[in-house]
Amino acid sequence: MKEIHDFTILERRQLGESYFSLVLGHGGMMQHIAPGQFVELQVEGEPKVMLRRPISIHDVDEKEGTMTLLIQIVGNGTRRLAELKEGDKLNVVYPLGHGFSLDLAAGSRAVLVGGGAGTAPLLHLSKVLKAKGVDCTIILGGRTESLIPVRDAFAAYGRLCIATDDGSLGHHGLVTQHPAFGEHYDMVYTCGPTPMMKAVARSAAERGLRCEVSLENMMACGVGACLCCVTDTDQGHRCVCKDGPVFDISTLKKWYQC
Amino acid sequence: MLNVNIHNLKLKNPVMTASGTFGYGEEFADFIDLNRLGGFVVKGTTGSHREGNPYPRMVETPSGMLNSVGLQNGGVEKFCSAVYHRIKHLDTNIIVNVSGSSIDEYCSVAEQIDALEHIPAIELNISCPNVKCGGMGFGTSPDMAAQVVSAVRKVYHKTLIVKLSPNVTSIAEIAKAVEGAGADSVSLINTLLGMAIDIERRRPFMANVTGGLSGPAVKPVAVRMVWQVAHAVKIPVVGLGGICTAEDAIEFMMAGATAIEVGTANFIDPAVTIKIIDGMDQWCKKHGISDINEIIGII
Repeated sequence: MKEIHDFTILERRQLGESYFSLVLGHGGMMQHIAPGQFVELQVEGEPKVMLRRPISIHDVDEKEGTMTLLIQIVGNGTRRLAELKEGDKLNVVYPLGHGFSLDLAAGSRAVLVGGGAGTAPLLHLSKVLKAKGVDCTIILGGRTESLIPVRDAFAAYGRLCIATDDGSLGHHGLVTQHPAFGEHYDMVYTCGPTPMMKAVARSAAERGLRCEVSLENMMACGVGACLCCVTDTDQGHRCVCKDGPVFDISTLKKWYQC
Repeated sequence: MLNVNIHNLKLKNPVMTASGTFGYGEEFADFIDLNRLGGFVVKGTTGSHREGNPYPRMVETPSGMLNSVGLQNGGVEKFCSAVYHRIKHLDTNIIVNVSGSSIDEYCSVAEQIDALEHIPAIELNISCPNVKCGGMGFGTSPDMAAQVVSAVRKVYHKTLIVKLSPNVTSIAEIAKAVEGAGADSVSLINTLLGMAIDIERRRPFMANVTGGLSGPAVKPVAVRMVWQVAHAVKIPVVGLGGICTAEDAIEFMMAGATAIEVGTANFIDPAVTIKIIDGMDQWCKKHGISDINEIIGII
């Protein structure tokens, strides 16, 4: 069930110049959050910002009743959110959208391909998959080392591979050029810049691999009411907020082929 | 205390939601008790399925937003056969926003909605700025507006609310024309036509180039138009445009609105409608007002 709740910022960490993370809790039980779901945050104190900002959920600690958000500073809204301090309150609508499919058997192989801020939902996903006994390979990419905001946390949940455009860390090249990407998997998950996700989707489609992508778009309502955040699917326009953000590429041929 | 009437429509309070901002109500059922609303207006419904405009479809602007959704909806048959049966049990007024590209289409949709027992009213949308054919084209000339309303009036027998466009020289003139053609009420304002440019990419933010402005930015324009229309017609006026708080709602009622609709504010706070209802109740108590009707049109 979705709810509106005031959370307290329990921890704030700056991750390089353009990323930060917030750990949020409200002292009680949270709603169940599936990997790939997102929140909408109310941004206060910034006159240019009226609408909530959709942010994917990076990690969930069900026992502690906390969630972690990994946020990239891109505009007025996220810049204002970056000014928040530990102890500040944040009004959150959550959990929104439908997340990644988790119907993989123990022992099956999954690859999680992330780029930039798109690495955010993959941490929660890899944690849940590992608990199910899925063998995860996590490939994270970025233009340069400092633009891959979170790396080490992934190592606990699978084989971690890095690719950078400038060769500053890991494989020198794109995530789709990483040797681990060419292996066989039962499932490919991806979240990151659109050109990266399209390349991952095309490769998965060519190899006949099941693949899910997590899309991003400008949003208003976050619950499928306003129809502002649509994407082209093979069934016509669908809301990224409600029908996604995670889509199976079998419904997105028009999207990844162009 | 908060009860108001729009023609035959009895509202437990003046608070409704604006078409296109509240889906079919279901999207907000986790956040609020829909039965507490005076009513809600479901999204624009057309004769057949519409995919709407290409995207990007929205951009945030100072104290508001532009949208160019373009009436994406599943069509009237899908509404009648599927959506209606999921929401008809609700104890509130469910109003269908009826849109079209021709007089025939408006009439055909209205006729099909007329047959639905639990839909007591329609809001005839002659003011959508985001569709090429029809929409606002019917709402910017008094003659055209009167033609479509009188045609729909012949086939629709329940409460007929006509939603007016602010993108006109004299909204009072349009309001008088639709009153004369048989409308039971008018609602205003639909969005103001606007545009925003991404200067770095040197192109408009929205694929449709122009879109409709909503949110607090339009509120003073809406209050002025509600006041003008309320003085020009005898039928009840439903006011909307940037309402976010109980105080905003009361301002519209003083300007002449019998009921109000909450739109863009639903995106900022999905439970805002209930806060507005409770806030109006408290405001009345604080000011010793036993019947909200006392403040309608006092300006």
